[in-house]
Order: sequence, then C-alpha cells, then structure tokens
Amino acid sequence: MTGHAKAVLSRVAPALAGGGVLSLLRTHTIVVLVLLLIAFIVGIEVARPGTVNATWMSNMVLFAAPLGIVAAGQTLVMLTGGIDLSVASVATASAYLMATHSTQGGATAVAWGLGVGLLVGLINGVGIALLRVQPLVMTLGTGLMTEGALVVYSQKMMAMAEGPHVPQFIETIGAGKFLGGIPNDLSVWAPIAIAIVFILRRTGYGRLLYAIGDNREACQLAGIRVWQILLVNYVTCSLLAATAGLVIVGGVDAADLSLADGYLLPSVAAVIIGGTSIFGGRGGYSGTIVGALILTVLNSILTLVDAPEPVRQILYGAIILLLATAYTRLTN
Amino acid sequence: MTPAARKSPALPAPDIASETPFAARLKRAMRRHSSLFAMPALMIAALALTVFIHPQFSDFDLQSLAMGALPLAFGAAAQTAVVISGGIDLSIGSAMAVANVLAASTMENRSFGESLLLAAAVLIAGVGIGALNGLIVVLSRVPDVVATLTTGFIWGGVALLILEKPGGGAPPEFLNLGAGTLFTSWLPNGVILLVAAVAVIWIPVRRSKLGLQFYAVGSDRVAAFRSGVNVERTRFSAYIFSGLFSAVGGLALTMTTGIGAPLAGVYYTLSGLAAVVVGGVSLAGGRGGIVGPVMAAFVLTLIPTDLIFLNIDPNFGQVIQGTLIVAIVMIGGFAAMARIRK
Repeated sequence: MTGHAKAVLSRVAPALAGGGVLSLLRTHTIVVLVLLLIAFIVGIEVARPGTVNATWMSNMVLFAAPLGIVAAGQTLVMLTGGIDLSVASVATASAYLMATHSTQGGATAVAWGLGVGLLVGLINGVGIALLRVQPLVMTLGTGLMTEGALVVYSQKMMAMAEGPHVPQFIETIGAGKFLGGIPNDLSVWAPIAIAIVFILRRTGYGRLLYAIGDNREACQLAGIRVWQILLVNYVTCSLLAATAGLVIVGGVDAADLSLADGYLLPSVAAVIIGGTSIFGGRGGYSGTIVGALILTVLNSILTLVDAPEPVRQILYGAIILLLATAYTRLTN
Repeated sequence: MTPAARKSPALPAPDIASETPFAARLKRAMRRHSSLFAMPALMIAALALTVFIHPQFSDFDLQSLAMGALPLAFGAAAQTAVVISGGIDLSIGSAMAVANVLAASTMENRSFGESLLLAAAVLIAGVGIGALNGLIVVLSRVPDVVATLTTGFIWGGVALLILEKPGGGAPPEFLNLGAGTLFTSWLPNGVILLVAAVAVIWIPVRRSKLGLQFYAVGSDRVAAFRSGVNVERTRFSAYIFSGLFSAVGGLALTMTTGIGAPLAGVYYTLSGLAAVVVGGVSLAGGRGGIVGPVMAAFVLTLIPTDLIFLNIDPNFGQVIQGTLIVAIVMIGGFAAMARIRK
C-alpha cells in the first residue's frame, strides 16, 4: 500500500530538505494545508497584482463561512464513518421555508428554516442509528424526499402568490460587514467553529465520535449507546446545514429551489482535503476550516481565469481531485 | 441435555422428503436470487395498479412509460456494474449527459447510417469516460464516493462545454430506435433495445471470469485479493462497463427526448442509485443482478405517472422515491437480521 507512496515521496523528499521536514508535514497536515492556502493567495497576487487586500480577504471569509458551516456538519458525520448527501437539499429547503414565512416575523421564519433541519436530521438519525441503514442510502433518500417535498411546496406557494422574501436581518448576516470589514457571517461561523473544535478535542462526546468511527462494534461492546451519539450527530449535521442555508440565502438575497445545490461537492471536498478520513476515526474540524478557505480561494482564482464557466467547473473539479489524491497518498 | 439435543431445534433438518425436487429447487432459487423473483412481481403489481387506477391504459401509455424508463434503466445498469464490485459511481448522470450532448450536437441533419457511426463513437467515448473514472479511483485511492462525485462535477463541465444550451437533434430513424414501435404498438422499440443492449453487454461478462471477479471483489476485497484476483484491474473494468452503459443511456436520452440537454443528467445519478437499491443490489457490494435494477427503473418511472393519473402533484414522486429507497433498505436490513437470528 505504502510502497508506491514511498516511491513518490522519495522523489519529492530531497526538494523538501530531508525526511525530517516531510515526516513533520505528514504528522502535522494542517501545516501543509495552511502552506497550500498561502501558496494559493501568493499565486493570485502574482497573477493579478493588487488583488489581495483587506477587502478581498474579508470577502473570502464571507464566502467561505456558509461552506465552513455545512462542512462542519459533514466533518462530524464523516468522523463516525458516515456521509450526509442531504445537506444541500436541507440548506435549500431551510432557506426557502424561512423566506416564505418571513411575513410572520424573523424568529418564526428562522424557526421554520431550522425546523426543516431538525426534521430531516431526526429522520436521518433514526434510520442510520436505530435501523442501521447505510448513511449513503439514507441521506440520499431523505435528500430526494426533501427536494421533492420542497418542489410541491413551492408550487403551492406560487399558487398563493406569496413569493419568498428574504428578511433584512438575514441579508445583513449573509452579506454585510462590520467594524470596517469583518463579515457578519463570521459571527455565525466563528462560534460554531470554536464549539465544534472544543467538542471534538475536549469532550467525551467528541472522543466518542472518533471512537465510533474507528470501531463501532468495539464501542458497542464497551457499553456505549452508539445509536444515541449517532442520532445526535446527524441532527446536528442537518441543523448546521439548515443554518448554512440561511446564511447562503442572506448572501444572494433570493430563495430558489437550486440555491445550495453547489454546496454538496465542496462540503465533502473541504472535509476530505482538510484531512478527515471518509472511513471515520481520523481528522478534525480545524483542517476542514482551512479546506473550506482553500476551496473558496480556489473559486476566486478561477473567476480570474479568463475562461467560460464550464472550463472553470472542469478545472475546479480537477484541482479538488488532485488535492484529495495528494492528501490520500501523503497520509496513507 | 446433550449438546446434540440442544443443537437440534436451532438447526431443523431440511424437509426434503415432503417436497418434490422441482419445488425444492424453485425454493432454493428464490432464496438465492430473491430479486429475480421479487422484482418482476413488484413490476407486475405496479403495472396492475396503474391499469386499476387508469383503466383506459393504452399502448400509447405503455410507449411513454418505456420512453421515460429507458434512460433510467441504463443509468441503473451502469450503477449496478460498479456497485456489485463494491464501488459506487456518482458521475453516471454527468457521463450520460456527455453522451447525450455528444450525440445530439453531432447527429443533427445527418443520415441514419452516419448517426449509427456517430453512436458507435459515443459509445467509445463512454468507455473512455469510464476508463478515466476507473483509473482515477484506482490510482488516487480517494474513496469512490468522493472521487466520482468530483469526476461527475468535471463531466458536467464537459457536457456544458460541448453544448451550452439544450439543442441539437438526430435523424428520425435514429430516434425511432428508442421511441418508436416496430412490431406491434404494444412492444416499444425501447424495450427491445434495452433487453438487447443489456443482454449483449452484460450476459457475456456475467458468465466470464471477469463477472465472477466483480462479485468476488465486491463481497470481500481482501479475500478476493488473496485468491489471486487482481482487485485494481477488476474495479477498473467495472467502471468501464459503467461508462459504456452510461453512454448507451445518454444515447437513449437522445432518442427519447430528441435533443441534447447538458443538465439533464443530474436526475439519473440519484434515481439510478435508487433503482439499484430498489432492485435488490446491496450497496455493500457482491450481491444482486442487473435485472432487478432495470425493472426497478420501470417501477420508479411508474410512480409519477400514477400520481398524474390520480390527479396528485407528480412532484410527490420524488418524495415517494426517497421513501421507497429507505424503506427497501430497511426491509432488507430486517430480513438479514431475521436470517441471522434463525
């Protein structure tokens, strides 16, 4: 397994001034990720001098926040060896329901949005934790259900001529900045990020997520109520996706039925690039944060490339694939 | 109590004497290939339900059912090849879209003969897409889900690059291959094409060493490796068949819609996977056949049709599809648990 990787490494190693540095990089992958992020930023500055400034930086964080929030849930789920393919549908549904209930006041509207997340998360959790359906199938199914139900709902809404409307405060959170450049959505993302990093590193619940991802049977035999942990985990993931949906809709100021479609692949990619294994038990959220920033900067680089949209899409996919490959090759 | 006496209730002797050999064999076959027996039953039940709801079910309804189900059936077949060998291909919809736009953008205003040649070229392109997917999955060691989710994104870009907006076309004779009827109006060409394509592509594989290796690698990769199976080559081959079936699916999409649409594929990735699950193929790999998913494609296509007949919003179809996937997997899980307890 490592034979080929070693062969690759032995070629790369001299360029990196000896094996010591390399093994350090392998054990502290976050360093590599940050270096990569810096390389991307330097690259963009070299290609278009003057691009990188305070406004650009704050815009990057503004755009990265919703991705970071979706990827937070995805990280939690992937640490247990699962995956959630319903996050994009949940985010869209949350945003749409919030927008169509905006006339009933802000709190009610947000409650509707998060309610979708809670509901889908519960269904996912019950199916995966209690009935032991594979996460991939379960979340695929609930994703289809959510999407279908949303289409039906949107047609009812159109018939009632009560179009979706994004309230002012959601817009402020999703697109505004304060103190001369700090994006407002960071005030949503930062507490979530701090909480998740803390939970994963310092609490029993966090350790259990790693343990379940590592060996579910062993956890069961050790007397852990695995199903409770998983249930909570999938509900958290969907709630985070629903929260991200609200931030996204605030940023674009229009709720439509394909709002968050583009977030599924990046949410998985950010986690993988960030060093969390899809088989569970390894990784963490700090890597995902850098992963989300890398993907956002990558997107920004691609908008500078003077190429039609499909070409950019192909490049984006190819680079994600390269990063994921490099990562898997380096750590395995 | 002696050990033997304790054992006996747990292992009841098979009651062979009271059964005719044929009944015993039928029973065994049903247990082994449960999907082969369950799926036709489900399909007939779904058709019967449709006729019950909509008594004036005509040959025209049958034709539109075949047209709707044809691309999905190929998408399901493509997914089956990969899932049996223990992988998963989330790029099938985009690969179908590439084949679809390739066909529609080159075939417009061509003769029937030329269009057939172009179709062959599209099939080769499909094999190429599958080969690239397989190479990426095998060489990068990135898990299948992530790798094909990403390549799907890339193929989606390629499809948009070939044809920006829905358009193009194909000669009517070519469209007739999938959309018309040849013998009687009750036997759509699409069904003939489906049976022929699946038989020509899959039966030789299934009966060959490669087919056996698909199942071996899917059920236990390590065991297969230790028995001398080249695991990487087998997984790579599975992706080639996935690419080939996707290309046929893309051609079918051209035949049934008459145009190329770069975004039409998205639907087939998820619904194809749904058909695979409903068709009795285990996502854990190594179990199931191709007949189940293909028939499941018809059942899944019937759902929105029935909803229209019932005057219900056909968009509920997607909700039902999602519920069906989950329900079937749960039933499968319960059945497996019951088998273990027995």
